[in-house]
Amino acid sequence: MTTSVVTLTRRRENARARRVSLVLLVAVIAMFALTLSYGEFQISLPDVVRSLLGQPTPAGVDYIMHSLRLPRASVATLAGLAFGLAGAIFQQLLRNPLASPDVIGVAQGATTAAVLAVMVGGFSGAVVSVIGLAGALITAMAIYVLSWRNGVGGYRLILVGIGVGTALTSVTSFILTRSDVKVAAEALIWLTGSVNGRTWSQIVPLALSLLILLPAALLLGRALSGMQLGDDLARAFGVRVEACRLGLLLTGVCLAGMATAAAGPIAFVAFMSGPIAVRLVGGGRPVLLQAGLVGALLVLVADFVGSHLLGSRVYPVGVVTGVIGAPYLLWLLATSNRTGRGG
Amino acid sequence: MTETRHRRATVLTTGLVVIAVALAGAALLSLAVGARDIQFGTVMHALFSSADDRDSLIITQSRIPRTLVGLLAGAAFGLAGTLIQGVTRNPLADPGILGVNAGAGLFVVIAISVFGVTSLTGYVWFGFAGAAVVSVLVYTIGSIGRGGATPIKLALAGAAVTAALTSFTTAVLLNDVDTFDQFRFWQVGSLANRGSDVVVQSLPFLVVGVLLAFASARALNALALGDDVATSFGQNVLVARLVAGLGIVLLCGTATSMAGPIVFIGLMIPHAARAITGPDHRWMLPYSMLLAPLLLLLADVIGRVIARPGEVQVGIVTAVLGAPVFVILARRRRLAEL
Repeated sequence: MTTSVVTLTRRRENARARRVSLVLLVAVIAMFALTLSYGEFQISLPDVVRSLLGQPTPAGVDYIMHSLRLPRASVATLAGLAFGLAGAIFQQLLRNPLASPDVIGVAQGATTAAVLAVMVGGFSGAVVSVIGLAGALITAMAIYVLSWRNGVGGYRLILVGIGVGTALTSVTSFILTRSDVKVAAEALIWLTGSVNGRTWSQIVPLALSLLILLPAALLLGRALSGMQLGDDLARAFGVRVEACRLGLLLTGVCLAGMATAAAGPIAFVAFMSGPIAVRLVGGGRPVLLQAGLVGALLVLVADFVGSHLLGSRVYPVGVVTGVIGAPYLLWLLATSNRTGRGG
Repeated sequence: MTETRHRRATVLTTGLVVIAVALAGAALLSLAVGARDIQFGTVMHALFSSADDRDSLIITQSRIPRTLVGLLAGAAFGLAGTLIQGVTRNPLADPGILGVNAGAGLFVVIAISVFGVTSLTGYVWFGFAGAAVVSVLVYTIGSIGRGGATPIKLALAGAAVTAALTSFTTAVLLNDVDTFDQFRFWQVGSLANRGSDVVVQSLPFLVVGVLLAFASARALNALALGDDVATSFGQNVLVARLVAGLGIVLLCGTATSMAGPIVFIGLMIPHAARAITGPDHRWMLPYSMLLAPLLLLLADVIGRVIARPGEVQVGIVTAVLGAPVFVILARRRRLAEL
């Protein structure tokens, strides 16, 4: 009798998780199509599909599709997916909803490195991206080494990460106050995150890395539900805690670093996607895939709003993500707590 | 048992006295050191008589207000940080997390951009209003739904509101280079060029805030055990959170408007205090209140010395100096859990 209740509940929760993923996937595809079709130059959906399949289309469609909109929509989707996954990995691994990569120093590492590259080194374009990625990786490594003490405790890792992140943020602010205001304003756009004017040379590395990192995250993520019970219980269940944690951290850092390199540290996507996905799925289970899809949807919608719905001015996507995601998260916080699964 | 507790109280009180003496030393240092070094004798002379030579004028017009702002803002940040971590039961919570800094930041940007305010005395009120409005908003949103303002909902609501407000702030800054030019200097956090009027304006708010903070000490100890246990001890959880919340708004709002958003102090000092005193808020609060201005004043003095004749803003020195100390603290075993 008891077993059957447990089985039933589990089956119901699994069904709900699958339903949420499916709805999110459909929404992402719909937003992707809308991004491709809507703009100053309208492209009908049949033309979008024809152009994607390489069939003949009206004049100008191919150019706009392949040089402008497809790169934009791709980088928004992929970066959103990567940020969402990275955020959820960190939050669930460290068992703290505030512990996303933009809080525990990884994003700050990328940002400081990139700002240094632009302001002090005078670099631009892809070089900045590479330096940003290197910054994220080096910072993450430093945080991991600094918090190592007979293994890495989640709590210690968070504190060390915050300390390192705060120091890096100050360095960034300091560079901003010491440079010409025009240059600083340029840097602000990068710091906010933007998917405007990306080229395939920036997107392909991100796409390739996702081919490896996405399965890795989902595979390693299976250990998360055991690890959520605490290190000792997880060990008792046969989870190799240190190995899994290192693997997940590495995957999360690479995801956040690759996405930052392609699109800048798009504000708050990593932080908000996880809590939103947790509340959509319910049941307090790890929700990596759903968080990734929420991230992709968030960036696509925010980019659409920023480029078409805010009057004549085009805003970079990072300005809008907070305005769109935050109220939704707050609404979920207020409403989805009925069964006490708000955590 | 009683004797151990008694001895512990003696040790902790002695510690407080030592820190207070160190703080007084730091304050004197802050009066004497700067772009122009002034002898301690002259400092004393200027403090206790009304001389009007150049050195005395520097001290009375510039360094005394600056040191006072450092003392007051530091104490306020330290207390506010301890209160916030206690109320949200989250070791990552800092004065930024309830939306206080984002609110103050947005209002300061609006003050500069829309109302053309250029003086610090003008920003102060906007910053304070922003901090107050937004913290009330965050608290209200965090309390909607079942269970009231649970720690996790408070933390998430604060971070989410911060996200939304930061977006608005960035949107304004991207369109308005002149405002960005002013804002980037406020954002760093600094004690320089604050007049004594700023101190006088802020004092009443700070006094009330400090009183509320100490009134919450016992309630925070109960809250640390979880809402259910706290309730069973006869603690009214809602009232406790409201009193502490009001204290946070007053302390944090005032300090942020005085010195800019110096987040690191409010985050780090409670951990340092906890490492010394253990988890009892009746000791953590006074320790935070003295340790935070000590760090802030020393950082400010260092910032004045390392880049003469210019200076590095205190917010930057605090973070760059404080981070390694914080990392060392975080590695200590005693700090394992909140």
